[in-house]
Amino acid sequence: MKSRQFHITRRTALVAVGAAALALTGVAGTQALAADFSGKRIEWIIPFKEGGGSDTWARFYAPQIAGNLPGGPVIAVKNIPGGGSTKGSNQFQSRAKPNGLTILGTSGSTQFPYLLGDRRVRYEYKDWTVVLATPTGGVVYVSPGLGVMSAADIGKLKGVDLRYGSQGATSLDLIPLLAFEKLGLNVKAVFGMKGRGAGRLAFERGETNIDYQTSSGYLKKVTPLVKAGKAVPVMSWGALDSGGNLVRDPTFPDLPHFAEVYETIHGKKPSGEWFDAWKAFFTAGFAAQKMIFLPKGTPNDVVQAWRDAAAKTIGAPGFKDKAMKVLGTYPQKVGPDAELLVNTAINVDPKAKEWVRNWLTTKYNVKF
Amino acid sequence: MLDSALVALANITSGVHLLYLIGGVFLGLAVGIFPGLGGIVGLSLLLPFLYGMDPTSALAMLIGLVVVIPTSDTFTSVLMGIPGSSASQATVLDGFPLAKKGEAARALGAAFSASLFGGLLGAVILTVFVLVARPVILAFGSAELFMLTVLGLSMVGVMAGSSVIKGLTACGIGLMLGGVGGAPATGEYRMIFDLDYLTDGVPLVVVGLGIFAVPEIVDLLRQNRTIAGGAALGKGWLDGLKDMIRNKWLCVRCAGIGSMVGALPGLGGSVVDWIAYGHVVQTAKDKSEFGKGDIRGVLAPESANNAKEGGGLIPTLLFGVPGSGSMAVFLGGMVLIGLEPGPSMVEENLDITYTIIWSLALANVIGAGTCLLISKHVAKLTTIRYPLMAPFMIMVICFGAFQATRDLGDLVALFAIGLLGIVMKRFGWPRPALLIGFVLSGQMETYLYQALQFYEWGFLARPGVIIIGLITVASIVLGAVYGHRGTDEEQTRHATDRRPQMVFAGFLLVLFAYGLYDAFQQSYLGGVYTGAVAAVMLALGTWVFVKLAFGRAGEPANHDEELGGAYAGRDDLVGLGHYIYWLAGFLAAIFAIGYLLALTAFFLIFLRIKGGVSWARAVLLTGCGIGFLVFLAHIMVLDFPRGVLQEMIELPWPIG
Repeated sequence: MKSRQFHITRRTALVAVGAAALALTGVAGTQALAADFSGKRIEWIIPFKEGGGSDTWARFYAPQIAGNLPGGPVIAVKNIPGGGSTKGSNQFQSRAKPNGLTILGTSGSTQFPYLLGDRRVRYEYKDWTVVLATPTGGVVYVSPGLGVMSAADIGKLKGVDLRYGSQGATSLDLIPLLAFEKLGLNVKAVFGMKGRGAGRLAFERGETNIDYQTSSGYLKKVTPLVKAGKAVPVMSWGALDSGGNLVRDPTFPDLPHFAEVYETIHGKKPSGEWFDAWKAFFTAGFAAQKMIFLPKGTPNDVVQAWRDAAAKTIGAPGFKDKAMKVLGTYPQKVGPDAELLVNTAINVDPKAKEWVRNWLTTKYNVKF
Repeated sequence: MLDSALVALANITSGVHLLYLIGGVFLGLAVGIFPGLGGIVGLSLLLPFLYGMDPTSALAMLIGLVVVIPTSDTFTSVLMGIPGSSASQATVLDGFPLAKKGEAARALGAAFSASLFGGLLGAVILTVFVLVARPVILAFGSAELFMLTVLGLSMVGVMAGSSVIKGLTACGIGLMLGGVGGAPATGEYRMIFDLDYLTDGVPLVVVGLGIFAVPEIVDLLRQNRTIAGGAALGKGWLDGLKDMIRNKWLCVRCAGIGSMVGALPGLGGSVVDWIAYGHVVQTAKDKSEFGKGDIRGVLAPESANNAKEGGGLIPTLLFGVPGSGSMAVFLGGMVLIGLEPGPSMVEENLDITYTIIWSLALANVIGAGTCLLISKHVAKLTTIRYPLMAPFMIMVICFGAFQATRDLGDLVALFAIGLLGIVMKRFGWPRPALLIGFVLSGQMETYLYQALQFYEWGFLARPGVIIIGLITVASIVLGAVYGHRGTDEEQTRHATDRRPQMVFAGFLLVLFAYGLYDAFQQSYLGGVYTGAVAAVMLALGTWVFVKLAFGRAGEPANHDEELGGAYAGRDDLVGLGHYIYWLAGFLAAIFAIGYLLALTAFFLIFLRIKGGVSWARAVLLTGCGIGFLVFLAHIMVLDFPRGVLQEMIELPWPIG
């Protein structure tokens, strides 16, 4: 009897503590509205595993942005991997409060399922507010055994049996696969690669003879191969100028971009539904590859505090040097530039989306 | 090279480096002790502090941590039958029986001295191998890697126990389970029953804990005793050390296996311990004690799994391609401190590579030494009455399983696979065979598909493939020539009422049939692998079923611990179902009120009713357990699984 009484009081106490804590978080919420984060721990959801590209990106940024937020809070990276990054993003969509204390870091692998209408996606980019966008590019290289000495020789690849190690048709590899097809290259995609690193390894072994890496991977790991005469770069995906046009990638000014190569081969500029689709997915996968978002309904002063902090971070003296090693050479985008990128990446013409889905289904047997 | 070696030597002997290394080692030991928490968790605890740290110190800490995980994870493998991490699953097979015989201290002594030896030898091998590793790694293409998975799978033969056909079928369950989720060739979802959770497949940690830990916990609870069963702790760790010295050549071979397999990107560390274990059983003349407490069954996986960590560094450093989950985090850490893996690691940055390798050796010495020193005390855990320990064990394995994907589904899967493990244990289905099948399934399918795409069937004629193929054949023949494991005493486990066994075999047939059906729903490339496995297993499973239904009573497949084995007629034991209901109740409570509240309630009730302690002590123990968990979750930035309650009303962290 006695013990039961104890149990009940304990439970009551627990409820009381819970209620008190609830009240406290309520107070905390209102405080955050004044855009002061002192003494707070901000959770930065990364829907990927520890140690991956997105995780490293977030851990690079976290302490620097934290130092520029009012009140100097702590930003803790919270990894919620699973479902090809849909799980963490879904949780952010359904649970994050608009007080600036929970942010999300997305990647191209988060954008693609959203655009393709993956069954697991329950998040909506249009609800969120962008703080910062980190662009990247990509470079295609081939094996020297194919007789291609430079980008100008790319026409020689026509009719040659090419093999490409891929992570899957609905991954970022959608960009190379669609590009190869439209250039008229005869590329056989071999799936099941565990990452771009595994793809590069297959290339080094000679199992594949065409490959691409994102800019930082290319600079660090393929450049030595190029120097040793084991790989020949042929094109970059390009980059977007402020008007949203595809131009040469400033990191690789000597390499023609995809549209240029297309023109060399076909004698006309790429156009049509497929090219709209390619460009939209290119934006979502590369030009705006990694982004920081605040949840739906975040008040303006909080948004402003975050945007200011991001702008301060990337404008800080010495940032570029530090960023070189982790982020590559692309200028980080904040404010209206970032918003423009998100809009291009997310507001894809339904026809173009439908085109890609059909293409994936007919060519790669993808079921939606 | 000599310059680099000297610079490296100066580096590791500098005070600061050593201090950080020791810090990393102690953190690693602490994390490794908890089952299910391995290098990934440990490294992610460090990651937040890395950016901005001095690279040498940061590197020392990372290395110290990652290296000792396969040392300290041995504690739970040996003492509780719970694999501490995927690297020491095979250690359970003989380590735990030794602990049950009261020889825990000896087993731990052997394990740690083997770890130390393997780690050191691994570092020596690495010092030379790293210079020539690049072409060697590049020589292992998809075809060779596929053949290696076949070699790994051939280990099932020696782990099948008395009924080979049951062993093969158990392996088949593992292969099918490994086929759940996205198909490597097409990305189609197989056998996911429309559950988002299964799209990524079932995590290895969950399978390992479910198949080994859950049945062991239930078993010990039923027996309501201490793990050591009243036996004295017995001969100390010095005997273990002597065991290691007596079997030094075995340890040399296994450390070699560990370094080499660990160095191959794509095969991953989780098969190393099984390959080493299979190797020792195959080459042993007297196999009668394996699985019942043969010290060699502890030495082999332990000398291999420490050498593996060093091997795993090679592809990470040279190619930037991590061979395992913890190496992936290690790689992220390297990038954060500004080190770029690549060919430069054996050229201008060779001193860094040597610093890493020798730090690894040093960390092994400190880690294994510490474990040896504390093993005597930790072994005393086996003298605690199990009902008092069980809630903590359940808490820890749930937390470990939940680490896999941080999803409520992890706990459901743990329970489901735990049930499977309990039933397999009862009916004498070899659980290691299932695990080997599971670990190798995905890689085997991927590499077979890729090899066929790259080389067509000509891949079978590649020299590497032929060599590995010959090794496979030799190891099977070797295992057969030296004779089979004794099966005499298993006569006692034959049951006269074979219906329960038939129900289980029938259930497996339904699963295989479903797998076959599912395969036909996929495209050719998406379904051919699971379909083929399911078809073969359907045939083998039917054979088992027929043997059980119509075979003679002395049929090796006939095995039932409850109706024919050691547990038959034991009225002092509660029924097998009893603790399954407890676990099911816990799971239901998690669904209702979330993990942390359910765990609190479970702790209190269990300790009071089963542990028989006073409410005050129950509250105290619960407070310790829960407090520790909340602390861990806070530093790991982690939410606990939520229940219906949390969906309905908003509660503050950690219960919300």
